[in-house]
Amino acid sequence: MGVFTMRLLKLLPLLMLLGASAHAQSPTYGVGRTPTAEEIRAWDIAISPITGEELPAGSGTADQGSELFMSKGCAGCHGTDGGGALAPRLVKQDIPTPDDPWRWGRILPIRAPYAPVVWDYINRAMPLGQEGTLTADEVYSLTAFLLWINGVVEDDRMELNAENLPQIQMPNRDNWAELPEWLPNQPRLQGYPY
Amino acid sequence: MGSKQTDRREFLKQGAALAGAAALGATAKSATAQLPGPEAQLPGTDELVAYGKRSRFVTSKRIPHGGRPSPDVFGLDFHIATPLQDTYGVITPSSLHYIGTTRGSFVPDIDPAKHRLMIHGMVDNPLVFTMEELKRLPSVTRLHFIECAGNRANSRHVTVQETHGMTSCAEWTGVLLSTLLEEAGVQDGGDWIVAEGVEEVKGASSIPMTKAMDDCIVAYAMNGEPVRPQQGFPLRLLAPGGEGILNVKWLRRIKVVDQFYMTYNDYGHLRQDPADAALSLQIGPKSVITSPSGGQQLPGAGFYEVSGLAWSGGGRVARVEVTTDGGRTWFDADIRGEAHPMAHTRFSFNWTWDGQQCELQSRCIDELGQVQPSREEASQFWVQTEGQSPRVKGQDNSIQPWRVERDGSVHNAIA
Repeated sequence: MGVFTMRLLKLLPLLMLLGASAHAQSPTYGVGRTPTAEEIRAWDIAISPITGEELPAGSGTADQGSELFMSKGCAGCHGTDGGGALAPRLVKQDIPTPDDPWRWGRILPIRAPYAPVVWDYINRAMPLGQEGTLTADEVYSLTAFLLWINGVVEDDRMELNAENLPQIQMPNRDNWAELPEWLPNQPRLQGYPY
Repeated sequence: MGSKQTDRREFLKQGAALAGAAALGATAKSATAQLPGPEAQLPGTDELVAYGKRSRFVTSKRIPHGGRPSPDVFGLDFHIATPLQDTYGVITPSSLHYIGTTRGSFVPDIDPAKHRLMIHGMVDNPLVFTMEELKRLPSVTRLHFIECAGNRANSRHVTVQETHGMTSCAEWTGVLLSTLLEEAGVQDGGDWIVAEGVEEVKGASSIPMTKAMDDCIVAYAMNGEPVRPQQGFPLRLLAPGGEGILNVKWLRRIKVVDQFYMTYNDYGHLRQDPADAALSLQIGPKSVITSPSGGQQLPGAGFYEVSGLAWSGGGRVARVEVTTDGGRTWFDADIRGEAHPMAHTRFSFNWTWDGQQCELQSRCIDELGQVQPSREEASQFWVQTEGQSPRVKGQDNSIQPWRVERDGSVHNAIA
């Protein structure tokens, strides 16, 4: 499904609501207050994995990311080559089975089916103890660097931004299982193990 | 000097008032051959008056789990396991409740007066709640277990704390998440939520809206007092029966979204095999005998109450069976107390040990009819679908065998 179709589909509920505003729910208890749009913007760091629609403006390259990887202290914990030290490994295992990305290890920039997931984690959680201090440009650069050292992005001067990051073809994009729909009082898996 | 005299006067006054009690007193030797009182006494202190503590003879404790130190050199906690072998009934004391973190995290020190919960995204009325406002809303109090997805036994483990200690059960009080979501008004297409904590990594888990509206609790209390900091003070999301990581601690924000967000927390639910994915979100029917269990010693042949815990992410425990001959014959165990949905359930079985080597196991059958598999059955399932060497993949709910030797020692019997 294309990004454009996805966006159209997302508009659907809104259109339906406009057509049926009489059914809009009203609060029962009236407890709690309405946040301002600015508050929501400031709090909201979740990034849609497929469309990346909450991604902020900005851009960066792997080349810039490689310098940040040293200057921001990433290398101190993840190793200068991303091979892992105190903190987890960030570069895929060097094994000759290119067909199955699952064998490259539990590496976020490899296992994540969509690149905005990588952006999201760097943005929300890194660097340890100074989370939230990276600018959007810096997060794009570090994301580009991690994708580059894993061979997902070939060109270390390619500018990643909100438009092209969701379009990166991740090695695992079509190689993972959807979670089944969760419903109350349902067995986890018919026939397991008998 | 003055104050000492006052103290003594106080003491004498109290002594007179308590004369009756003193007659029953501790060190008083009776001329009528009564049993002596206790050898020692605990002097009252302001601290003990304000918040009691256990006997110095009770020493059970949590231990770091999975080979990583907790705390580490930075003061980070990783995985910490409950001493299930020392617990009674179904409630884990808050001080002994297991702890799991996705990646070590300092425990946030949150002032509840400043804490807020925001609900936003695909809702008609985004809302922000203070803790006081949340406590004004209709509440529920329910028993629920939480279990880490990594709570899997292996042959190197000795005790039940090592094999199964990454699960605990507490009484949780809070507001149903459905109450808050209905207040905000979920829009069509809002099929998932992303729940996020305050800690450094701002751990965020994706949960299906069907689950969020069913029985999830925004909990501010556990076991009758505010949720402990290690468990998410002042606010924790309970996703009953789901993997531990869905139970977001230090909950600050819930965003209603249109799809599975695949956050770093959700990463463990990304699987290659659809069967593995189906098994990974919800805890299966599971049980373990906690007494007698690995590392314990039976003094000799004779009567013992076999006791253990059973639970399932699918609902209530319907039945528990016990075998003492390694699985050849199974008997119904007694359920002690009431079986609550998605809660540890205590079972027991009256057993007279004949002094011979034997193997004890238990298996849980939940209200959906799901049966806890043996390790062999679970492994075999994966061999059929994977063509790989036998191994229980994903969340491991297989049966735990304990071998009792003729000398009364009890051992982990996983091959």
